[in-house]
This record gives sequence, C-alpha cells and structure tokens, in this order.
Amino acid sequence: MSGKIKIALVGNPNSGKSTVFNALTGLRQKVANFPGVTVEKRTGYSNLKTDNGEILEAEIIDLPGTYSLYPKSPEEILPFQILCDPNNESHPDLTIVVADGTNLKRNLFLCSQILDLKIPVILVINMMDIVIYKKMSIDFEGLSARLGIPVIPMDGRSGKGLKELKKAIVQPLVSPVKDFIDVREFAPEVVDELRSIVKVDSNYNAFLGANNLHIISGFEMQQWKKDKITFICEKYKFDPQQMQARETLERYKVITLILKDHLKSLESPLQKSNSYKIDSFLTHRVWGYLIFMVVLFLIFQVIFSWASYPMDLIDSGFVTLSQFVRTSLPAGLLNDLIVDGILAGLNGIVVFVPQITLLFFFVAILEDTGYMARVSFIMDRVMKKFGMNGKSLIPLMSSVACAVPAIMSTRTIQNRKERLITIMVTPLMSCSARLPVYTLLIALVIPKGSIFGFNMQGLVMMILYLLGFVAALVAALAMKYIIKKKERSFFVMELPMYRVPRWSSIGIHLLEKVKIFLFDAGKVIVAISIILWVLSSFGPSGTFDSIEKKYQEQSSSGQIQQSEVPRLIQTEKLEASYAGKLGHFIEPAIAPLGFDWKIGIALITSFAAREVFVGTMSTIYSVGGDESAKLTIKEKMAAEVNPKTGGPRYTFAVGLSLMLFYAFAMQCMSTVAVVYRETKRIRYPLIQILYMSGLAYLASLIVYQLLKP
Amino acid sequence: MTETVRPLSSMRKGQKGVIDSFTDYELSLKLLEMGCIPGEIIEVIRIAPLGDPIAISVSGYMLGLRKAEASTVRVRMQE
Repeated sequence: MSGKIKIALVGNPNSGKSTVFNALTGLRQKVANFPGVTVEKRTGYSNLKTDNGEILEAEIIDLPGTYSLYPKSPEEILPFQILCDPNNESHPDLTIVVADGTNLKRNLFLCSQILDLKIPVILVINMMDIVIYKKMSIDFEGLSARLGIPVIPMDGRSGKGLKELKKAIVQPLVSPVKDFIDVREFAPEVVDELRSIVKVDSNYNAFLGANNLHIISGFEMQQWKKDKITFICEKYKFDPQQMQARETLERYKVITLILKDHLKSLESPLQKSNSYKIDSFLTHRVWGYLIFMVVLFLIFQVIFSWASYPMDLIDSGFVTLSQFVRTSLPAGLLNDLIVDGILAGLNGIVVFVPQITLLFFFVAILEDTGYMARVSFIMDRVMKKFGMNGKSLIPLMSSVACAVPAIMSTRTIQNRKERLITIMVTPLMSCSARLPVYTLLIALVIPKGSIFGFNMQGLVMMILYLLGFVAALVAALAMKYIIKKKERSFFVMELPMYRVPRWSSIGIHLLEKVKIFLFDAGKVIVAISIILWVLSSFGPSGTFDSIEKKYQEQSSSGQIQQSEVPRLIQTEKLEASYAGKLGHFIEPAIAPLGFDWKIGIALITSFAAREVFVGTMSTIYSVGGDESAKLTIKEKMAAEVNPKTGGPRYTFAVGLSLMLFYAFAMQCMSTVAVVYRETKRIRYPLIQILYMSGLAYLASLIVYQLLKP
Repeated sequence: MTETVRPLSSMRKGQKGVIDSFTDYELSLKLLEMGCIPGEIIEVIRIAPLGDPIAISVSGYMLGLRKAEASTVRVRMQE
C-alpha cells in the first residue's frame, strides 16, 4: 500500500484530540483560516512508513469536538457533514476516534455511531496516564475483538502509543462489517427505501439522514434526492425525536454490556479526587469569584510588566535599523519608502508579538486546565441576567486575545438569542489589537509610578479592559430586550477534570497564533503603511513645489532662520498631502473629541484594523522630519506640540479620549466579516458598527469636554 | 426507608439517586447522549454559588446543568 490517505480525527470535547493531532503532525499544520485569525478545521500532514518501506502521505483533518452525530449546536455540524456526506471534499478514508479512557462509556457512544457509518475506524484510548492513576484496567484486545477495529492505548501527553497508532494507520483499510446496533429495526421502510432509491451507502447513514433533514439540505447532493428523502420520511411518518431517543438508549445498552466485560474500575467517589478538592475552592461562593478577579488582575499586570522588556528591545532595534538604512542608502524616495513606510509599519507589528504571545498563552492555559469551564459554571446565573449563557464567558474572555476566533467559539451556545447577543457584544471586549494603542497612549499620558504597590500604568490598562467588559454587559442587557426570539435556553456542559496544561500543545497553538498575526495581520498593516506613506508623501501636483519655493524665498530674504527651513517644509508638506487633506476633511467632526487631523488620519486607517494606529502614527511622524529616525514613536508623539495651546498635543484629556474611542469603536474588518459569516445577515455587522462607533464617539466627547483645560 | 421519585432540581448537595425518566422530550435527547440514561446512578456534586446551575456526577464524569433543565429529570431516591 502506498500513496495518499485522508484521515479525520474525531472525538468528544476534552478527549485530548488536539494532543493526538499535534503528536501525529508536529508542526506540519495548515489552519483553514479566515481573514484575521481562527481555527475551524485544522489540517495537518504526516508521512508514514508502511511495513514494506513505502511512504504513505496522510492528510489529517482535526474536527471540532462533538458528543454525537446529532448536531445540537452549530459547531457540531461540521463533523456530521464531513462524515455523513460521501461527496464532501473532506470525507475521510479512515477515521481516528479519540476517546477519553477515564470516561469510556460516553466516549464510545460517538465511536459506535461512526462504526455504523461503515467508515474504517481506529479507536485511540487516550489519557492512559489518568486511567492508570485511577487504577482502572481496560482489556484492549477484548475490546478490539468485540468492536472489530484496532484499539490503541495512548498517552498523548508523553507520546506513548504514537508508534502503535502510526503502525495501525498504514495497515490495509477495513470497513466495519457488523452493525453495532441495527437501526433498520427502528424504521425498516424508511431505511430500505432510502438505500434502494437514493442509494445511501449504509443503513445508519440513511437513518441519520432521515433524522437530520434540516442539515442534509446543505449536502452536495442532487435536489431530487433531497426531495425524495423528505418525501419518504413524510410517507412513513418518521418521528426524528423518538427515533433518536430509541437509538441512543440502544447504543448505551450495548456499550454497558461491552464495558462490563472489558473494563474494570474501582468505584472511586468523586469527592476523593483532587479535582473535587480544587473545585471546592474555585467554585466557592466567595473564593470562586475572588480568585477569578485575582487571576484576571495578575494576567494584566504580568502582560504589562513582562512584555515591556522585549518590547523596548524591539523598538530600539528598529530605531538602530532605521538609522542604519537612512545613512547607508543614498537619500531619496527609496530610502524614505523603506524607512518611513516599510520599516515604520513593520515596527508597528513586531513590537506587539511579546504581548500577544503572553495573552494567548494565558488564555490557552485557562482553557486547557479546565478552569474556563468552572468560570462558566459559576457565572451562568449572572450571564443569564444579561441575556447570555455561562458559555458566553468563554468567547468574551478569549476575545481579550482576538474577537474573530471568539465569535466563532460562540458556536457552542445552543440558544440562538443568547448566541446572537454574545456575538454582538464580544467585540467590545478589549482585544489584543487594542493593546498596542493602549500601551502607547498610557505610556504617553499616564505617569509611571505606583499606587498601593501596583504599577499605575498596569492599573489603567486593567480599568480599560474592565470598561470593555462592563460595556459588553450593558449592551447585552439592552439587546436582551430588543432582540425577540423565542427559543429555549440550554446550559448543559461537561466540567472536565483539572489537568496540567499540555505545554507542547500550547506551544504549537501559540506559534500558530503569532504566525497568523505576523503574516495575515502583518500583510494588511504593511500594505496600509505603504499606502499611507504614499498618501502623506505626495500631494496634488504643484502644491509641494510651491511650498518649497515659498520657504526658499522667505529664507533667502531672511524672514526665517535657514536651519528651520527643512522642518517647516516637511510639516507643511504633510498638511498639504493627500493624507493631510483627508485628515483635515474629517477634523471638524473629531475636533470636539480633542483630535486633530493627524489623529484623524490614524482613525481612518484604523477602520481596517486597530493596531494600524501605531503604525500610522509612526509613519505620519516619520514623514514629519529628518531627526525622526533617532526617536521612538512615543518620543515623537510626546514632543508633538499643539499649535493652539503651545502645550503638548497629547494631553491627559486627549489621551483618555483616544483610549476610550479605541475601547468602544468597531474598527476591525475581520470581525465585521466573521460576524456576517456567523449570523448570515448583513444587518448584524451593520448594527454592530453603528452602535459601537456611536458609543465610542459619545464616550470620547463626554470625557474630552469634561477634562479639557 | 421509602422510595420517592422527584425532580433532580430538588435534590440537595450530596444526595444520590437513580435516573427514572424525563419530562421533556427535546431536552432528554441532549441529556441522553451525554450519558444521562435511565437506570444510571447520579449524585449532586455541587451547586453553583448563586444557586444555579448544578453539577452532577453521571457515567463517570461531572456534568453542569441549569436547574430548569434538571427539573425535567426525574430521579428515584431512597429516603
């Protein structure tokens, strides 16, 4: 056997599926991603050696975790589609089912469903370390014989079992022969007719199709077949709910019988487990909330203080590089483009890698340890009051990293109204793209030093994040009364055992996120930086020439000092450039917020993505003069003078107003796109842009008008 | 000792019972596939600080659900 094979990786949530995926593919992963960032369907590659030395190229698809083939939340639709639709481009030749060995009963349920689809299956029993720790013993050979498929014990964490899994993959594919349960019994006419008329490939697939009519309408299937399936179901009065209940009960009955023979476990009461003891603290009615607040607080303090060292290093590195290029390349347009356009833009991205890495790192740890599920558990009651769900907290919290994957993770929320509200308010949470903006502005207008022993700048940062959270809650409350949708609200959620984070998985996850940030977001930022450089370096024909002429005349006639000329020319050129004209155009609208035309330019470019702000600022202030290459962007902005007052441009009032604007405004094309895709209605992203930007304008207006000198 | 059948939502922390039946068809499907099968022993492990949701142990793991959902599960108890 040689050539290629397509493998799907499926399993319950928390079964350690990603660990197995990472162990199989290493870093050879491709994330099917969306503009911006996200993970929906991950694909990885692995070259396996067959027994006779040939190479088998395996394409491995990591599917979202699911409990069954009856999708109950939007997230669970993908595994159903890929496994049940043979025409789907990702339909696998082989399925690896990853099961949590400590909870075989529930995990085998999904496995038994896939068996009945007659797709070749390998069962991986994961988390063997805990199985052994809990003194459970599983008879793998017996289980394998009983199910008719290879069963491989594995400890994804240490990689034990990986060799055996690879060996099993390269064996010839065998489709399961005997039915796990005979679903034909439940609805013989429907199953028979679907198989003979529509040519469905297995009894169970026919049965599942009849049960999920609303989903198979999305399959790659001729319309007459879909109509026929609907027709047959109606003809025999197929009752999906009843059928599903009977099937589920039957499966569990068989599973219980099998486990009786092949699993020995001492009934150890949950109360004795470490997880239970930890929970007594983390879900305690006082400690639980307190600990949650402390965790958040520490994360922000750490991000702010730790990240500043590598950030300063990167900043000064770019200053050195800019100076080097400035002096070693001949002066001219190319030199300007590289230093003021490309390098300034690149600096604006690279400098945030430390903070974003730390942020994703902490979010990943919270999720991986199982703590996030507890937070959902203790907060559900509160979130319900705001029209959301305990599960909404996961998107809200991960939105602190990025709203795009956060909005996609709302798929775990079954109730449509709760999900919609969560989607609508999630972008109000301060994402990592705001971090650079906050960092810069805080450094500019908030004095260093400490209050009560805490870093003051870190404190302001935390207040900004809290503000985003409060705004999200208030907006949710408003929407709870506006959005009319009658549907039942669910909160049924597994509370997994606490686990030590899987560091290698987190490492791969971080690498992936940072790569996407650097390249996907980076492309946009560099492109915008270059466009901006062009817009701010050129103006309507003739204007630049006349400016130079004017100053030459003035200086030769002695009206102004010779040394001042280049700076004055640059300043006036920027104002006369296309970018300057654009900024001036919107200045009347933003002047009440304390912003000038230069900030106006940054606001316009930020509508593509917030982090562009910093890059824009560095580009604008770089174009402003020759001395600039020696200063960091913060120093340049601090030196900026407000011509009207004679004082600094960035006063406390302006800085605060700007921060609030960035906290609330919807300035992210990727989020707009993902909201549209998740809601499938153009009106939701539109409403979102309007209400968030309105909120931003109002907040900035009030703050600036109150605080301005 | 008498046997009573009552909704899961009325059970106190630490109480044990056996799942008897469901009163809500639609919801029962979700609970069934999560391993809440009639005949299965369940125990209320924890009640969230604000009284809702609750966490139960079932089929060897811990499941969180709201009181509203728990009220559709009928449990046989020895008292």
